[in-house]
Amino acid sequence: MINYILRRLVTAVALLVAVSAVTFLIFFAIPKAAGADPAQMYVGKSATPRDVEATRVKLGLDQPIYIQYGRFLKGIVAGRDYNNGPSVTHCSAPCFGYSFRTDREVWPLLIDRLPVTVSLALGAAVIWLLFGVAGGVISALRRGSIADRTAMIIALAGVSLPIYFTGLVAQQLFVHTWNIFEGGEYVNFKDDPAGWANKLFLAWVTLALLFAAQYTRLTRAQMLETMSEDYVRTARAKGLKERVVVGKHAMRSVLTPIVTIFGLDLGGLLGGAILTESVFSLPGIGRLSIDAVNVKDLPIILGVTLFGAFFIVIANLLVDLLYAVIDPRVRLS
Amino acid sequence: MSTSLLKDGDPAPYRAGSAAQSFLDVRDLRIHFKTDDGIVKAVDGLTFQLERGETLGIVGESGSGKSVTSLGILGLHRRGSAKISGEVWLDGEELIGASPERVRTLRGAKMSMIFQDPLTAMHPYYTVGKQIIEAYRVHHKVSKADARRRAIEMLDRVGIPQPQKRVDDYPHQFSGGMRQRAMIAMSLVNNPQLLIADEPTTALDVTVQAQILDLIRDLQAEFNSAVIIITHDLGVVAEVADDILVMYGGKCVEHATAQDIFRRPEHPYAWGLLSSMPRVDREVRERLVPIKGNPPSLINLPNGCSFHPRCPYVERNGIPCKTVEPTLAEGTQDHSVACHIPPAERQAIFKSDIAPSL
Ligand SMILES: Nc1ncnc2c1ncn2[C@@H]1O[C@H](COP(=O)(O)OP(=O)(O)OP(=O)(O)O)[C@@H](O)[C@H]1O
Ligand code: SF4
Ligand SMILES: [Mg+2]
Repeated sequence: MINYILRRLVTAVALLVAVSAVTFLIFFAIPKAAGADPAQMYVGKSATPRDVEATRVKLGLDQPIYIQYGRFLKGIVAGRDYNNGPSVTHCSAPCFGYSFRTDREVWPLLIDRLPVTVSLALGAAVIWLLFGVAGGVISALRRGSIADRTAMIIALAGVSLPIYFTGLVAQQLFVHTWNIFEGGEYVNFKDDPAGWANKLFLAWVTLALLFAAQYTRLTRAQMLETMSEDYVRTARAKGLKERVVVGKHAMRSVLTPIVTIFGLDLGGLLGGAILTESVFSLPGIGRLSIDAVNVKDLPIILGVTLFGAFFIVIANLLVDLLYAVIDPRVRLS
Repeated sequence: MSTSLLKDGDPAPYRAGSAAQSFLDVRDLRIHFKTDDGIVKAVDGLTFQLERGETLGIVGESGSGKSVTSLGILGLHRRGSAKISGEVWLDGEELIGASPERVRTLRGAKMSMIFQDPLTAMHPYYTVGKQIIEAYRVHHKVSKADARRRAIEMLDRVGIPQPQKRVDDYPHQFSGGMRQRAMIAMSLVNNPQLLIADEPTTALDVTVQAQILDLIRDLQAEFNSAVIIITHDLGVVAEVADDILVMYGGKCVEHATAQDIFRRPEHPYAWGLLSSMPRVDREVRERLVPIKGNPPSLINLPNGCSFHPRCPYVERNGIPCKTVEPTLAEGTQDHSVACHIPPAERQAIFKSDIAPSL
C-alpha cells in the first residue's frame, strides 16, 4: 500500500514536470518558430523597438529555452525577479509568471478567480452526481419502463446540446422572461449567500445537465452489468432485502468507476469552465483565460493552462489513492 | 394457483392423486426464459422428492438446466424474464406461488445454496468475514460481535486455518479451495434444512474435491439437512448421493437410487455419462468414450426423444424415437427412465454392451 502511494506520488510529480515542460514549450518555442516575437507580444503592438528589446532582456527571452524553463520552475518554487538593470519586478513564489500588460503577478490573479470557478464546479457537481446517479440507477432497475426511456432521452439531449445553447435559452426564460432568477454581476458567498446561489443556480443546472447526462448513462450501464454479477445473486441468496442488495452490494461496485470519472471531471472543471463562465458572465478562471487570449496576454494564458493541468494531475492522483481505498484488490496487491 | 388461498401456518393441503409430501417436493417445475431468439425451455416438467438427511445428485451436461432448477427452488429468477410454473413444496409450504417476501425470509435460512464459482460469487470489496456476518445477521437478531464469533466458528468448522485472522481477508486473498470452504461456511451459517450445492468442486483439484465433499457430508449428518448436489461429473455424486437424477435438455431422463444408476443404468444418455466418466481404477485413457454430438438447443429441442440425434440406439427395432417423446415411466423399484426401448431390452443391452467396457 505504501508502495502504491509512493509510486502514484512519483508519477504525479513526473507528470507535473512533463506537463509544465510541454506547456512551456508550446507557449515560448512555438510562437518563435512561427515567426512571432514573444517579447513583442508581451508589450503589445504599440511599443517602441527599444521597449521590446528591454522586455526581451528583462524576461530572459534572449536566453536559450532550457534556461528560461529552469527560471520558470525556480519561480514556481522560490519566486523570481525579472530585472533589466535598474528596472526590477519581483514575482513571489509560487510565481506562475508576470503579466506585464496588466502589471500583475499571474498567481494572485488565478487565486482571485478560483472561488468563482470552485463555486460553479462544486455546485454543479452536487447536482449532476445526485441526479445522474439516481437517474441511472432507476433507469437500470426499471429497464424498458417509461421512466427509463424518459431518462435516456433527457440524457441524450443533455450530452448533445451545447452549453451556449442551453445556457442562453435558460437565461432567456428564467431571467428575462419569467424573472425567476436575477441576472447581473456575480457576488461572493461570504457577502451574500442567497445572492450567490441565485446568480449561480442556472449555471449550475446548465453545466450539471451536460454531466448528469453522461453519469446517467454510465450509471445505468454499470448497474445493469453489476446486477447480473454472481455476487449480487449471492447477496439475494442470503435472503437480503432487495433494497440492501441494490443499495449496498450493487452500488458499491457501480460507484467505483463513477468515482474515477467524477474526480477527473471535477479536476478538469476546476481549471476553468470556459463556456459556462462566458455564457453566464462568471468571473472565474475560464473567463480569465478567454480574456487573456483575446488580448494575447501570454503569461496569463500559460498560467491558466498550467493551473488547469495541475488540477487534472492532482485529481488523477486523488482518484488513484481513492481507488486503493475502495478496491481491496488494488490496496493489497 | 390453488395455494393462493393458503395463509401462513395453514397445514399443507391435501392434493388429489399426490403421495404424502416429502420435505422437498418439486412437481412439474417449468422455467422458461423469453429471449430474442425464442423461448428457452431451460427446465421443462421436472418432478422429484427429497427427504431430510438425504442427498440427491442432479447430473447432466453443461446447459441441461441444473443451475436454473436450483435457482428456481430458491426463488432467485427475475420475475420479469423467467416464466415459472409448477410447484415447489418445502416442508409443507409452496414456494412458487408464495410472496417474494416470504421466500426471501426462507432464503439463506431454511434453504441455502453453495454457488458454482466462489471467486465471482463472493463480493470482491467485502471481507470474507463481513459477508458471512451479513448472512448470519439477516436471519438472526444478534450483535456484530456475536455474529463475528459465529463467522469465525464457521470458518473453523470448514477447515480454514487461523480463522480468527483469515476472517478479515478479502476473497481474492483466499485460494480456490479456501474460497469454496468460505462459501460453504456462508451457506451453512444459518443451519439450512435444505442445501443446494451447485458444482461445489468443479474448479478444485481432486484432493480438495474429496475434502469438500466430506465436509458437506459431515455437516449434513450433523444438521440432518436435505442436500442436492449438482454436477456434470458422475464421480462426484457416486459416493455422496442417495438418489441420482439425470437431466438432459431441461428434462429428467432417468431417476433412481445411486446404486441403480451405477449398477443398472437404463437410459442411453446415462450409459454415455458412465462411459465418459474418468475413474481412478481405470488407467487407460482411450476407454473414456465421450458422448458424441453437442447438447441440444433449448429453444428448438429435437422432436420426439430430444436425445435422438446423439443416441446410438435411435429407432432400434422401429421404436418411434424421432416422432414420439418418451415419457418418464416408472420401471421397477422407483427406477424411472424416459426411453422407448422396453425395460427388459434396456437392461439386456447394458449388461451385454455397456457394462463390460466400463
Ligand atoms: N436468465 C436466463 N435467460 C435466458 N436463458 C437462460 C437464463 N439462465 C439460464 N439460461 C439458459 O438455460 C440453460 C440452462 O442453464 P443452466 O445454467 O441451468 O445449465 P447447467 O446445467 O447449470 O450447466 P453448467 O453445467 O454449465 O452449469 C442454458 O442454455 C442457459 O443459456
Ligand atoms: S428414446 Fe430412442 S433416442 Fe431416446 S434414448 Fe431411447 S433409444 Fe435413444
Ligand atoms: Mg450450472
